Amino acid sequence: MTGTGSPSIPFTRCIGPDGAAVGDLPDFARNPAELVRLYRALVLTRSFDAKAVALQRTGRLGTFASSLGQEAVSVGAAAAMRPEDVFLPSFREQGGQLWRGVTPLELLLYWGGDERGSDFKAAREDFPVCVPVGSHAPHAVGVAMAFKLRREKRVAVCVLGDGATSKGDVAEALNMAGVWKAPSVFVINNNRWAISVPVARQTAAATLAQKAVAAGIPGEQVDGNDVVAVRAVVERALARARAGDGPSLIEALTYRLGDHTTADDASRYRDDAEVSAHWPEEPIARLRHHLATVAGWDKAQEERVLEETAALLERAAEAYLATAPQPAATVFDFTYAALPAELAAQRRQALEGS
Amino acid sequence: MTTTTYREAVRTALREALTRDSRTFLMGEDVGRYGGTYACSKGLIDEFGPERVRDAPLSESAFVGAGIGAAMAGMRPIVEIMTVNFSLLALDQIVNNAATLRHMSGGQFSVPLVIRMATGAGRQVAAQHSHSLECWYAHIPGIRVLAPGTLEDARGMLWTALQDPDPVVIFEHAALYNMEGELPDTAGPVDIERAAVRRPGRDVTLIAFGANLHKAMEAARLLAAEKIEAEVIDLRSLRPLDDATIMASVRKTRRAVVIDEAWRTGSLAAEVSARVMEQAFYDLDAPVGRVCTEEVPIPYPKHLEDAALPQPEKIVAAVKAQLGARA
Ligand SMILES: Cc1ncc(C[n+]2csc(CCOP(=O)(O)OP(=O)(O)O)c2C)c(N)n1
Ligand SMILES: [Mg+2]
Repeated sequence: MTGTGSPSIPFTRCIGPDGAAVGDLPDFARNPAELVRLYRALVLTRSFDAKAVALQRTGRLGTFASSLGQEAVSVGAAAAMRPEDVFLPSFREQGGQLWRGVTPLELLLYWGGDERGSDFKAAREDFPVCVPVGSHAPHAVGVAMAFKLRREKRVAVCVLGDGATSKGDVAEALNMAGVWKAPSVFVINNNRWAISVPVARQTAAATLAQKAVAAGIPGEQVDGNDVVAVRAVVERALARARAGDGPSLIEALTYRLGDHTTADDASRYRDDAEVSAHWPEEPIARLRHHLATVAGWDKAQEERVLEETAALLERAAEAYLATAPQPAATVFDFTYAALPAELAAQRRQALEGS
Repeated sequence: MTTTTYREAVRTALREALTRDSRTFLMGEDVGRYGGTYACSKGLIDEFGPERVRDAPLSESAFVGAGIGAAMAGMRPIVEIMTVNFSLLALDQIVNNAATLRHMSGGQFSVPLVIRMATGAGRQVAAQHSHSLECWYAHIPGIRVLAPGTLEDARGMLWTALQDPDPVVIFEHAALYNMEGELPDTAGPVDIERAAVRRPGRDVTLIAFGANLHKAMEAARLLAAEKIEAEVIDLRSLRPLDDATIMASVRKTRRAVVIDEAWRTGSLAAEVSARVMEQAFYDLDAPVGRVCTEEVPIPYPKHLEDAALPQPEKIVAAVKAQLGARA
């Protein structure tokens, strides 16, 4: 996979599909321990997705959106951030959420329909998953403006899909971020599909990154299956934002190897051959090959990571399944900070009636 | 006491909010140098600077969404939307986001955002600038909806709304901005929970809000000349509705007419009427009456616009129909 190559839109790749470095690597990527940290995060994300899909298939989780094949976008973006920055994810960014300290248990609760899962114990200022597509792009501008007004050197990072870039509010948000030099980074997780609609049916633009041009902000593409490149590019954008130079738009090119969600069967609209062609580019094997070359990553190390991850997720799943469902009495709890009298009456009635 | 206008009361409230709380900023189209479409923020940019009296691009969805984001990140923004007609561009942000994010975050986040917008007809600005869609917003749990109909409320509701941890939408009827009156120099925050009895009476209850409060008051004066004493209730808060004040009045007068500038079907008048039926049916001497806007796009020419809107004469006629039902 290469960038779509508009001359004004740079494309960055650090590690190719075969695991070989392309040119000089950024500093963090010359430290094997740091690469292993990224690798573990990718494996955790993929394993989490597999676990969640398995739970859904057995009737123990709600509809779930796997990020199979796209893990490097989310993990790379989150890894570039500082803890005090704010992450505004769409519904396919569990990789970044896990990196930021959201727990697998919290994610399972959320996808199981229990909103308590979105009351994160860590990452208290990170936003909950945004379900209306792209509606969080304006929120990111607002968060960034709060930082700017308070003279805090923090940045809002919003991750959205390729489909989201067709929305009016996303265009509005990019434009407004540009006008206000809002310290923000918008990462498009371009997995080439929005449910059954391919990017070619989403826009006639050659790249999604070029939407930055209209907003008057920097736009670039990155190999979204290369976690090192994603992190490097997002780090640069974050540094610009922190320095007061405003927002950036980054299009990360990846591919949705799975169905849109567990409620979808992509074989109805997408050739298996197309999917197979993208497997050799996926992010985890690529980093594993690279680690093998530069750090002698071996089978024993690989197995240890897989075992540790599996054990962690097993514990999370057990805790999730052991969590008592919210009692009916809580149904009104988070409608208002303090329940207005008429809703308190409704609540009394609902509880007596049941 | 100072003689002032509704517009000036709104401006004083904005100035107070910007002075009292460094987390507060005002954002919207033309709120800066221009001073706001209805001149509510005139001069504030000179006092507070362009960061805190911030002109937004023409992007209702984005600047309302930015208000939500800023509120969730610890600020206390006031977003001004030119008119309710254009708030429709921001419905996703208000309905799907502001109203739900406390719930969607399991209580992790509050959205302490105040959205102000002009509403209503009567100024010959035609079908696309004259809606009364307060009822759409009052339908939504998770937000509070206010309609200041007096100088005191225009002055005092904003500060209370800014203290509220949940999103508050304030509707300022555009026909009120030039309304003059007296305001005590000590005027300040007011409650945003209760309806108010603006005129006591024993024969019928007129229930109204916003600019139509004054049409109801005028109708009450006309009725008084015929020895019919109307009690006038100003709803003030459209969500939640203060059932207690409404029912206490209706139980006393045994008749109610609801005046609402919205179209009748699905209006707040419909909601109030249903509640009276549920809670005070056996106290009624007549079916609840409604005086609403005729169900047409609001016309431009004055005589046609007047004909389409609730008017004191129509309210008087509705009351007489009620009293006729007694016989
Ligand atoms: C505003 C809005 N319209 C439609 C939907 C239904 N929907 C959910 S996901 C989706 C496709 C999103 O595609 P994309 O932005 O590329 O993200 P991806 O699912 O590929 O991660 C649609 C249309 C929605 N949630 N929100
Ligand atoms: Mg997509």
